[in-house]
Amino acid sequence: MEQIWDTYRNTIIVAAVALIALLSCLTVVGETEQAVIVRLGEPNRVVNRFRPNADFGQTGAGIVLTLPFIEQVVRIDKRVLDVDLERQQVTSADQRRLEVDAYARFRVIDPVKMYETAGSVEKVAEQLQPILNSVLRQELGKRTFASLLTADRGQAMINIRKGLDKEAREYGSQVIDVRIKRADLPDGAPLESAFTRMASARQQEAATVRAKGLKNAQIIRAQAEANAAKTYAASFGQDPQFYDFYRAMQSYDVTFAQKGSNTSLVLSPDNAYLKQFQGK
Amino acid sequence: MNKFGGRLSWIGLAMAGKKSPWGGASSGGESPPEDDTEGTDDAANAPERPAPDRPSRAEGQSGPRNPWLPPASPERKRPSNIEDLFRRRGGGGGGGPIPSFNLPQRPGGGSWVPVGVGLVILLWLGTSMVHRIAPQEKGIVTTFGAYSSTLSSGVTFTLPWPIQSVTVKDVTSIRRDSIPEGEGEKLMLTSDQNLVDLTYLVRWNIKDLKLYTFQLAEPDQTVREVAEASMRQSIGEVTLNDAMGSGRATIEQNVRERMQQVLDAYRSGVKIQGVEIKKTDPPAKVVDAFKDVLAAQQDAQSEVNRAEAWAQQLTARAEGESTAFDKVYNQYKLAPEVTRRRMYYETMERVLSQTDKVIMEAPGVVPYLPLPQMKSSAPVPAPTQGR
Repeated sequence: MEQIWDTYRNTIIVAAVALIALLSCLTVVGETEQAVIVRLGEPNRVVNRFRPNADFGQTGAGIVLTLPFIEQVVRIDKRVLDVDLERQQVTSADQRRLEVDAYARFRVIDPVKMYETAGSVEKVAEQLQPILNSVLRQELGKRTFASLLTADRGQAMINIRKGLDKEAREYGSQVIDVRIKRADLPDGAPLESAFTRMASARQQEAATVRAKGLKNAQIIRAQAEANAAKTYAASFGQDPQFYDFYRAMQSYDVTFAQKGSNTSLVLSPDNAYLKQFQGK
Repeated sequence: MNKFGGRLSWIGLAMAGKKSPWGGASSGGESPPEDDTEGTDDAANAPERPAPDRPSRAEGQSGPRNPWLPPASPERKRPSNIEDLFRRRGGGGGGGPIPSFNLPQRPGGGSWVPVGVGLVILLWLGTSMVHRIAPQEKGIVTTFGAYSSTLSSGVTFTLPWPIQSVTVKDVTSIRRDSIPEGEGEKLMLTSDQNLVDLTYLVRWNIKDLKLYTFQLAEPDQTVREVAEASMRQSIGEVTLNDAMGSGRATIEQNVRERMQQVLDAYRSGVKIQGVEIKKTDPPAKVVDAFKDVLAAQQDAQSEVNRAEAWAQQLTARAEGESTAFDKVYNQYKLAPEVTRRRMYYETMERVLSQTDKVIMEAPGVVPYLPLPQMKSSAPVPAPTQGR
């Protein structure tokens, strides 16, 4: 080995230097990034630029030759990136406040423009955030609270996306989608009054249910009484006179014939019960 | 090289007084004479040498001559080499200063270093070229960063690491995202502007690993955010009662379709397997009012039940009384006059037997009724006989 080293020392050194030089000329651009090659401060060319319908593997990612020291590789994310909007209070057209969380998804489609205007992807996101904020306020402010909750939101989102996209193009980016993650009532009075409204609605429901129960019970009782009356009438109606007598007998039994009753009766001898007293 | 070679030849001399495989080249011409003088050379050098190596050497050389070492023969070189090696090994055991240096040598006289390097290379190639992919996994092969192919399950070979690299990911197993995380109350607005506390689960897997890997910066978080947006939108389209009751299945289906649509639009390579609403509760602050509705339903039901019971009683009594009347009347019809009188007397008997009776004969006599006395005789009024 030493011999090899001895004999080929120069060759080895030259080869190593050449290898290092070659390696410094080579840059690997991954599938998820696009690279702007900046030559002495001027963007010179773009590698692996985003094209809408290029399939992965045919996009130009891979090894790129650059001039060392003179050219500099700026890597820019090629994937779909997100801008998150902090919780915002927006006011709807009918002056109700709503707390909104939103996000936008964007992608850098013109890396050179983006590099020149923003410098990095993070800065693009930073720039887009306030724009998203104002576009959102503007668009949601045109709509009533109720319509924000329902299907009309779709159209609002499309408008917001368009508005944001127009601004994002300035940074060489394209906004793919804007969505409201959450739309809530703000804490404090609006939330409390919503709770109160919900509670009173429930109380109303409870009262209605109870009243309905009472009503049903009453109907059931009345029906039963009607049925009983019908039964009695059908039966007693066969002979009202006998019923009168029969019922009177029952009634006397109940009224007077109980043990311990101390009713005093003053009877006339003309009484029907006593008519045999006269011995006729 | 010269210096190094010199040192090696010295070692060779020190060990056996023979040519080392390296030294041989530089002094090849002189070897026969040196071999000849080995004994004397050895003897001459002996006193100056450090001790531990010494005894074995002395034993080997000053005793009867090793039969395997014929003197002054050119062929002697090879056997001596082997013996040399053994002896040096022995020396290593003895703890001499030199042997530890020389251990990493192969029988061929070469160094172990190439072998070690070879093993490392083999290991590197083995780990970066051979990929075993489990049935539920897939692998993405990138060549210098650029996508080249997707590996399915099985054993696959690729080019070694700096050229190609493989990322393996589980694609078929279902991932579960429970939203919101934790136990906190997350309120959503319904279309009738009520609030509902809702927890749900999203099940998804990767349907296209290539898209999943390269398309989105944060695919997992994207799934969660899309789920949140879709769920809130769907809840915003139904009333509170639907959200808490009958509309659940529709909402789940709705959210799933919506999510899939959005994720497909992002070309995320994610497939939503299902969305399940785990719980829908009213907000904690109004839960009492909601419970009161349930209580009211129970109250109403029990009110109805009581009425039913009362109605049953009433009906039964009516039927009983009318049946009794019918039966008596049927008999009465057979002999009206007698039955009537019989019933009359029987009743009067019962009545009058229990009461105080005064019978007044003469119509002209005004009786004196001792009313206060009657009152005092009945200090406690008889209990009223309710029916």
